[in-house]
Amino acid sequence: MTTVLDPTNEATPTQIDPAMRPESLAGLTVGLLDISKPRGDIFLNRVEERLTALGSTVKRYKKPTFAKPAPVDLRHEIASQCDAVIEALAD
Amino acid sequence: MVTPPPLSAGLVAFVKRDCETCKLVDPVLGAIAKDEPLTVYTQDDVSFPTSVAAVDDLALEMSWHHNIETVPTLIRVDANGVEEERIVGWSRDQWQAFTGNMELGITLPGFRPGCGSLSVDPSRADELNARMGGSGLVTRRVDFAELEDDFEAMYDRGWSDGLPLVPPTEARVMRMLEGTTRSASDIVANVAPDLIDVTVEKIAVNAVMAGCKPEYLPVVIAAVEAICTDEFNIHGLLATTMSVGPVFVVNGPIRKPLGMNSGINVFGQGNRANLTIGRAVQLIVRNVGGGRPGGVDRATQGSPAKIGLAFPEDEEGTPWISLAEERGMEPGVNAITALCLEGPRLIVDQLSRTPESLTNNIAECLMTTHSKRMVYGIDALLVLSPEHMSRYVDAGWDRARFRAELEERLMVNTDDIIRGTGGIDEGLPADFAGMQLPKFRPGGLHIAHAGGPAGLFSSVFAGWVSGEKGSVPVTKEITP
Repeated sequence: MTTVLDPTNEATPTQIDPAMRPESLAGLTVGLLDISKPRGDIFLNRVEERLTALGSTVKRYKKPTFAKPAPVDLRHEIASQCDAVIEALAD
Repeated sequence: MVTPPPLSAGLVAFVKRDCETCKLVDPVLGAIAKDEPLTVYTQDDVSFPTSVAAVDDLALEMSWHHNIETVPTLIRVDANGVEEERIVGWSRDQWQAFTGNMELGITLPGFRPGCGSLSVDPSRADELNARMGGSGLVTRRVDFAELEDDFEAMYDRGWSDGLPLVPPTEARVMRMLEGTTRSASDIVANVAPDLIDVTVEKIAVNAVMAGCKPEYLPVVIAAVEAICTDEFNIHGLLATTMSVGPVFVVNGPIRKPLGMNSGINVFGQGNRANLTIGRAVQLIVRNVGGGRPGGVDRATQGSPAKIGLAFPEDEEGTPWISLAEERGMEPGVNAITALCLEGPRLIVDQLSRTPESLTNNIAECLMTTHSKRMVYGIDALLVLSPEHMSRYVDAGWDRARFRAELEERLMVNTDDIIRGTGGIDEGLPADFAGMQLPKFRPGGLHIAHAGGPAGLFSSVFAGWVSGEKGSVPVTKEITP
């Protein structure tokens, strides 16, 4: 029998249940996160129009660069201010 | 940790047949055994010595536990099994004093040095250290079943980049750790995307699998430190659909003892250090950081460079300062520079005899990296070959002159690359018309020297989103 050393991080993934899906977005605050890719704003502008028509309150956010993860403070800001979030890729 | 097996009270000797000094003291051991209790452990042959019955220590367990470095070793043990004193080799005066028998070995030469104990033989020490439980390694052990093929078992567990791996046994990992003075438990960096602290020990496990020698380990550690920085942004490199990966340039005297190749086929196959250092880093990103193709790694096409690409600069073949020196390292310091790049692409110029002509052509080639219409946002690494380098050295150009001349030729007339020009939709928005922009941001063109002695070919590696918003090259000193 060969015994080797585990090359992985040995981490046990934490099970996180997704947030409850709202029945409707009407009356909720929805965050729109622009990841700073070209034309992401065009897509999100249209999403904002549709959400506003549904009766949602829309808040806009933007990552400093699409090339790095969203800063933790920005993630916290969205989580504490919004009921739901939509993240937009583009190009 | 196994409790060391105790020694018997009285005298204890360790010997091996493959030692002329042990053969010399064979009759002496018989003489001692007549006077007091003597236990003799033999390391290589149970029929040796002949003058007294030996205890089998062919597995070297007693030798290892009692730190025998030389044979013969003679130890005095008290009634509680505690060692009081030991002598090594043969010295008649010493052995006589040790036993109180002044007749001992009077026909033998006065002094003979001993031989190395098999328990510290370099070919066996690592295996022994691991078997005796002295490794101190904390990594989880994984047992492969008797019916599993070791190599298939590692593929099955998802540890491989597609190439075979060296099984990271305890003995191999311990040998790897001898390549650094750092403690196995030292945390080197936090590896994206899973944001896991990686220890020297875990780096060593992956370095074994990649095929590294122990002496490469400090380079691998420095490389991991370099990529796991906010500046270098390995998370972004992985997640991008662009086909880039970390490429490493090694500078300093360490290139030579590692046997790295900066000459013929420098970016290709055939050199263990060049190929396995970069591969070890990529295995760490995969296995520790959790960055796998199709997972967080979203590269549209990828690149062979993503398997692992490291190479040393040819510093001796040019009077120019090195890449590391240009980036602020002192001359003679061992350093590794991580750059976010695609694979190499040839720049062919076989006719230029003046530095001006060659620079014109190189600039024209560099203008097309990624796309002629892509300006300012992407870095590149230009690697001049020795024959191209000689054009500059012969003409008295130094690195600074070359850079200045090249950058002068790397100005882009934006009118040529506005969207729609030339029947091409890609390009700059119309409001950029009428401008002169540099192809590369200031400091965005990196220059190194490597390659075989013949061939009027250089190479360029283009990069990815440069600067703070993407990836900035990072140079780290390589320390033992």
